[in-house]
Formats: sequence, structure tokens, C-alpha cells
Amino acid sequence: MYDKETIGKLKAAKAVWQERVDKIPAGKSSKSYSDRATTSGIDVGLVYTPEDVADMDYMRDLGLPGEYPYTRGYQATMYRGRLWTMRQYAGFATVEESNKRYKYLLSQGQTGLSIAFDLPTQLGLDADHPLAEGEVGKVGVSVSSLADLEVLFDGIPLDQVSTSMTINAPAAVLLAMYIALARRRGISPDKLDGTIQNDILKEYSSRGTYIYPPAPSMRITNDIFAYCSQEVPNWNTISISGYHMREAGCTAVQEVAFTLADGIAYVDAAIKAGLDVDSFAARLSFFFNAHNNLLEEVAKFRAARRMWAHIMKERFHAQNPKSMMLRFHTQTAGCTLTSQQPDNNIVRVTLQALAAVLGGTQSLHTNSRDEALSLPTEDSVRIALRTQQIIGFESGVTDTVDPLAGSFYIEAMTNRIEEEAWKYITKIDELGGAVKAIENGFIQQEIQKASYQYQLEIESGKRVIVGVNRFQVDEKPARNLMRIDSALYEKRRGELAAMKAGRDGAKVQAALTQLKQTAEGTANLMPAIIEAVDAYATLGEVCDVLRSVFGEYESDASF
Amino acid sequence: MDVRSGVLAGDTRSIARAISWVENDDPRAAELIRGIYPSTGRAYIVGLTGSPGVGKSTLVSRMAALMATGKRKVGVLAVDPTSPFSGGAILGDRVRMFDVALSPNVYIRSMGTRGSLGGISRATRMASRVLDAAGFDWILVETVGAGQSEVDVHDVAYTTVVVMAPGMGDEIQAMKAGIMEIGDVFVVNKADRDGADRTAAQVASIVQLSDEREWHPPVLKVSAELNQGIERVIDAIEQHKSYLEQSGKLAEAKASMARRDVLEILRARLSEDLRHELDQPALQEKLDEVANRQSDPYTLVDTVFEQYWRKT
Amino acid sequence: MEHKIRVLVAKPGLDGHDRGAKVLARAFMEAGMEVIYTGIRRTPEQIAEVARQEDVDVVALSCLSGAHNTLFPKVVDLLREKGMGDVLVVGGGVIPDEDVPFLKAHGIEEVFGPGTPLATSVDYIRTHVSREA
Repeated sequence: MYDKETIGKLKAAKAVWQERVDKIPAGKSSKSYSDRATTSGIDVGLVYTPEDVADMDYMRDLGLPGEYPYTRGYQATMYRGRLWTMRQYAGFATVEESNKRYKYLLSQGQTGLSIAFDLPTQLGLDADHPLAEGEVGKVGVSVSSLADLEVLFDGIPLDQVSTSMTINAPAAVLLAMYIALARRRGISPDKLDGTIQNDILKEYSSRGTYIYPPAPSMRITNDIFAYCSQEVPNWNTISISGYHMREAGCTAVQEVAFTLADGIAYVDAAIKAGLDVDSFAARLSFFFNAHNNLLEEVAKFRAARRMWAHIMKERFHAQNPKSMMLRFHTQTAGCTLTSQQPDNNIVRVTLQALAAVLGGTQSLHTNSRDEALSLPTEDSVRIALRTQQIIGFESGVTDTVDPLAGSFYIEAMTNRIEEEAWKYITKIDELGGAVKAIENGFIQQEIQKASYQYQLEIESGKRVIVGVNRFQVDEKPARNLMRIDSALYEKRRGELAAMKAGRDGAKVQAALTQLKQTAEGTANLMPAIIEAVDAYATLGEVCDVLRSVFGEYESDASF
Repeated sequence: MDVRSGVLAGDTRSIARAISWVENDDPRAAELIRGIYPSTGRAYIVGLTGSPGVGKSTLVSRMAALMATGKRKVGVLAVDPTSPFSGGAILGDRVRMFDVALSPNVYIRSMGTRGSLGGISRATRMASRVLDAAGFDWILVETVGAGQSEVDVHDVAYTTVVVMAPGMGDEIQAMKAGIMEIGDVFVVNKADRDGADRTAAQVASIVQLSDEREWHPPVLKVSAELNQGIERVIDAIEQHKSYLEQSGKLAEAKASMARRDVLEILRARLSEDLRHELDQPALQEKLDEVANRQSDPYTLVDTVFEQYWRKT
Repeated sequence: MEHKIRVLVAKPGLDGHDRGAKVLARAFMEAGMEVIYTGIRRTPEQIAEVARQEDVDVVALSCLSGAHNTLFPKVVDLLREKGMGDVLVVGGGVIPDEDVPFLKAHGIEEVFGPGTPLATSVDYIRTHVSREA
């Protein structure tokens, strides 16, 4: 981007400057000026100049927004055309209470729904399962059947609101319920807009809510891709996630690398199953973390977009430009929030949200200040939503696309992250792909190493966490936290019993038998699952049929 | 219930406590072993070794599940390396053995090597005796499997199972001195993966080449994860056991085992005593002389021994 | 005599977040302790039985899903039933301050909330482990 002469002159000037700088004694701060690195281990120079980006070619490396390689944004007008979707992850206790919360959020200006399910639901267990005791409704809403979903979306127009469901192992079942619900309301599935997370690979490596082993899980994923490409074409069939791996402690570079490696594995599997890449790739979406180092995060998002474009074009020979566009949802980093001085978290979330916006996210969830202690209260979640609105409407950063482009530091960091991430992807390819890398524990071990390293830095004071290892105060215990009643377990048990008594048992049985046969064969599972849930088969019943055919994954907790 | 009676009655808590005593060199350990040793000698001990990552723990877990049928009891001693720097250990085998965690006839104990250089710990030997006295029919000893030290398992078991997996550099591993000679049964795990057949064939040919024994070690392909082929491993072990019984070699092995029990304790006690001798302040001067090259180690050792024998 | 502190790091219930548990396990190991980690999704029955077989000195329970009030006391009860009442039981995870008195009343001797330095947990265990008779 700069000619040799300019760079030559700059080099000389910098050498002189450097000599002067070297004579400045180290200041009072805990580090000398000369050693800084991001948690990814990328050294951060004292200053960046055209020299650091001299080899770049604008059209090749950045391009214009909405054009390959999409570094500056997947779409031409970005936020000037339409702001990102403000999509707060929400759900707790009963479907009635969650429905109220969704309506509240929509009334406060949220533009999309994001459903949080409780652990039994995420694990394909009904609310009355013995393992569900103490867990029902705690981390999300309890959904065991279509009857529950009917109440969850009561008064919410499915053809006008886009719904993201954070559900993985049983994603097919929840999607089936959503489709069944839409049909019952006279809405044809091609009008449905939304996402299912459906990313089982990261469950194995860092989130833990898996059910079935990898091979049958990939089959389910492929069936969803194929079914939706025909019947629910506006649905994002997967949200390939790096958020959770980052929460588990990996670095920004690893987050990009492991996420894209998972993406490669999904595309590989779908192509092997006979799907044409352009028939499903446009509906793949991603989910990233927005962590503390604001500028590294912005660079990370840009690097991810550029890398995925290259991967889709050069590795998978996609023809449709839409297949090359990395679209993503972001959540601010829960793991950075503290239980000490919780109001500080509002500030953290603001900076993290800003990073996501400057990085060009399509959709954003901002955490609430009480994150480290409990599910958010109405007040807390409203502040989190306002944070997005203030950035979107008051700060001016949305007036132009990819405003930090051209910054010597940002471009240099984008390049560095890409460089380091490719190394990981190559290594994972050598291991045989993401599935193998997870099977032999490579990804898990990298995450753990990084997480332990991070913890040691906090313990030694090298990494400052305000309020935790510096600037502490004596605090009174937090008050007015959200509490979920453990008596919910009994209540739900009663509801389920009543629901089962009221349904057509024979119809359910027939549907489950049909599902078993389909699972044992190779036909697409979706129609059979929709049939079953429409007859009010429960989540647990459907998942148990699949358990009987596919078996259950046993984690080996690599250390 | 005191620990000794508890062990003989097969009480889990007592067994666990007894093993802790022998591990910790607790003063009560000697008394305990005295009290239970007459009840040992019945259990059949199988050692399992192999490089990290081949799936030993999963295999052991599946084996235990199958072996613990009817009234038979299976004890598992799973050894992992102790950090030479911190003295601590992550005993990570247990996490792969949860399918049998609540089986009434299966007992699993995780042990650190605690300074022992081999693939097993010093306490493994006496821990096996505890399980033996408690009425366990089978004892499976799973070693660290970190290289040449794998041959140690041969000293504490009657049948040694060598576990391998495709593509783990096992071809090279197999050539390491001793491994092919101590293995009585060879298992190629992860048989569902690419290269399993090749690995099995390679192992078989090496075994044939180096083998002059009467017993011909079988090479079996299994998948512990998918729970396939496990019964064949158990059959092979049973066959080896029969071979040892019929040829009189088991009796020899048991006698050998008892002799080594004595030797190990003798070695440990002498080592401790002699170290204690050496630490006497009176000898500090002599030690300095060695350090200053005014004397040499052999001379000092003679002195120490002389002193020691005179004392006792 | 060499008594090493044996710790069982356990994850009861359905919560799959193991970053903290693994970091703690490693910290305990670096502090010279022998650590057995249960992996995720374990029942109180499994945890108590493993604690018994492994003759642990400490059971460290980690739960981030809010199910601690139900699950932690269950583990303590089962340990007592199995004659392991002298085992030190501690807890950590997402546990509001206001739940701590309840947990302590039910046998959890200390709760280490988010942000607790590793050294604090390690030191606590070192000083509070009861040497058995």
C-alpha cells in the first residue's frame, strides 16, 4: 500500500526514533514499555506505522464491504443500512415467565429473540427425569414438549420475529417443535427466520452438553442442513461457535482457528453426505466472543471473515458469494465479569460490545452486570440492552463501515491473528480434522493450557482484574439477585403428567416407532421428528429413541 | 470394625484405608500386612501396559465390567505419574472408568508413582495383596506406560497385556527392548480406526520373530470405546492362566512374587536405614572428604556398612 | 511416613463447565496433592462411592448451574452414610453469598466463589484437612 521510497525513509526515521526511545528509563508502571503481548501471545509494538502494513494490497486483502474477501464486512451498507440485531439471550424457570421476559425485551427495543434453555432441556431430558432435580429452569427455560413451546411463544408472531435457539444435541427436536408450532398457526416454514446453535463439535471440546457420539451427531446435523435448504430456507441451520471455547480459556487466535476448523469439519461432512456446498453454506452462521482486548478483538473478527472467505472459495470451491460470507452473532465475554463490584461489569460489557460493533457483528448479546452471580434481573438486563442502544444510536461508530480499517495497528494485528490461526488450522488438518483433533484431545489440551496460563497471570498480578486483584474494596454480599425456585421440579412433573394424559398415546407410539426405523436407516430424520413432536411426544421420548439407536457419548476428559 | 478385619471381610472403606496406609508407609501398614498376608495368594493378577492415549483405561473399565459377573470381584489399580517437581499428581484414569463406578463387585484405586521410576508405584505390590486378602478374584494393574519402564508391570502380574493403538508410533515402540518379550497378550485397541489391521499384522510378525517361548501371545483387535471384542481379551488371559497352571509356571510365578515382596521391603528398609546412617552428623566430615576428593565413595560405603552391622 | 493429600474434584449435576474445576485440579497437583477428577455429569452417588474407594481427604464440588443447594448436601449425606464424615467437603462455582450459610449448615465447610485466588483454596485445604485416626 506504500511505495518503497516512502517506506525506506520511514525505516530510517524510525531507527533514529528508536534510539531515543531506548534511552527513556522504564516508568513506574509494572512493566517496562518494551514487553506487551496479547493473551494470544502476539507481541504488541510500541507504535505502528506504514512499515507494518507495507506489503498489503488493498483490494486483495481488504476489498470493499460486501465484496470478497469481506474483510470489511459481509454486506455493503452494514449498520448504516440496518443496525445489528439486538438479541439478548434469555429464558428461565417456566415458559410463562420467559414469555413475559421476551415481551418485555421486545418492548424495550430488542430486535430478535434468543432462547436460553435449562440443562435438562439441552441434554434431551424431560423436566421430570431424575437427573433434572435441582436443575429445572435454573440456567434457562424448561421445555419438554410442543405444549411448552406454545406458551413460550404465546403472543409472539413467528413470521415477524427472528428466533435464535441455543440448543445443540437436541436441536433437531426443538427446531421440529418450532416448525410444528408455526404450521399450527398457519405460518409456512419458509417464512421462518432464526437460528439453532446446533454445533456439536464444540460441545465435545468445551461446553459439555452433548448426547450422542460424533458420527450420528454429524448425521443429524446433515439432515437438518438438507431439510432446511428445502423447507426452511431462511433458517440459519448452525451457529458454529467459538464463544464457549473462549470462555473455557482459549486465546483469540485459538478461538478463530478452532471455530473455523469446526466449520471446515461441518462442510466436509455435509459434502461427503452428498450435499452441494452452495446448497447449504449460505445458511451457516458463526458465534464469537467479545473479550477484553478491544483492538485485538476487532482484528480477530476481521481476520475470521477474510479466512472463511478464502476457505470457502479455495478449499471448497463455493461459487455462490453468499457461501463465502462469514456472518456472526457475538456475545460479550461472561468469563471476564466479576462478582466483586458488579457495576464495573457494565463498563466491561460496554467496551466488549463496542469491539463487536467495530468488528462488524450481525447480532449481539450483552451480558448483564450480575452475570457472575446469577441470571439477570429485569433491571440488569435492561441496562445491558441500553448499552447496545447507546452504542448504536449515540456514539456515531455506526455512521461508516469498518471505521478502524486502515489503522496500522488494526491491519497489522488482523494479519498476525490470521497468520497464527492458519498454523493451528494446518496442525488440525495434519491430525485429520477437527473431529480427530477433539478425539485425541488436542483442542481440549490447548484450551486448558491457555486457561491455566491466564489464571497464573492473574495470580501473579501480571494481569490485572480490577476489583479482584487490584482496587478491591470491602464488599457487602450482593442483594436482590434472581432466584429460581427448586420446587419447579415438582410443578413441572405435574404438568408433564397432565400433558401426557391428554394426548393421543397411540399416535405418539406410532410416531416414535417410525422415528426409530428412520434412525436405523438413512432417510432424513426431520419429518419423523416433526411428526412425533406434533403428536406431543416429549423431548425426552424423542431423544431416548435416538439414544437407543445412536448410543451415548462418553467423555474422556483429556487433561 | 478395625481395618484388618474390614479388609478380610471385603469392606470397601477398610480396603481403601489399608491401601492408603501402605502408600503412605504408615507405621500401621506392617502390622496390617502381617495380619492379612496369610490370606493372600488366591487372586489372579493381570498387568496392562501401553503408551499414553492407546485407551488402556477404557479397556480396563470394559474388562472389569465383564469380569465382575456373578460373585466374582475385580480390583483395579490405576497408576499415573507423580510430578517430580511438585510431588503431586493428576490421577486421570478414573475419569474413563465411570461406567463401572457403582458396580458392587468392582473396586478401583488411583495411585501416583510417588517417586518410583517405573510404570508402577512401590505400593502397587502391597495394594494388590490387600485386594487379594479382601477376596478379589481378579486384580488389574494399569501402568503409566511411559516408555521402557513398562516392563516393570511384569514383576507384579502373572499375565501381561500390552495395549497398542493404530498410528501411535507403536511400530517403533514395539521394538523397544523388553516389550515384545514381556507381553503375554497383545491388544490393538481402536480397531475401528484406519491402520488397525496394519498395526496388528506388524505386531504379530515382530512377536513371531522374537518369540522362543512355549506360549504364543495372541494379537487381538478390539474397540474398547465401542465395547467390541473385550470378551476375546478375557478369554486370552484365561487361556494364559490355564497354560501357567498346567505347566507349573504359575506356582513358580507365585513363589517368585513372594520372593520379590520380601526383596522390595528389604530393599526399602535397608535403603532407609542406610540413608539414616549416612545422615549421622558424625559422617558429615567423611562426606566432605569425598566431596573434596580426599576420599572416595567406596571407602565411605565400607565405613558405613561396618558401622551399621556393628550396631545391629 | 508420607501422607499426600488426596482430593476428589467433582462436578455433580448436569453442568458442563469445567474450566474452573480443571484449573483447580492442576493447582492442587502443583501444590503436591494427588487429584482425581470425576469429569462432568456425575451423580452424588457416584461421587460419594468414588470418594470412598479412593480414600480421599477432600471432596471439592464445582457447580455453575445453580443446582448446588440440591446437590451439594446430597453428596455430604452420602459421604456420611458411607462412613466418610471426616472428609473435608468444599464447594465452588456460581454460588450466591446468600446460599453459603445454608451450604455450611449442610456440611460444606467452605465455599470459594468466583475470583477466589487459587492460593486461597490450596491453603485452606492444607490447613483444614483432618488427619485421620
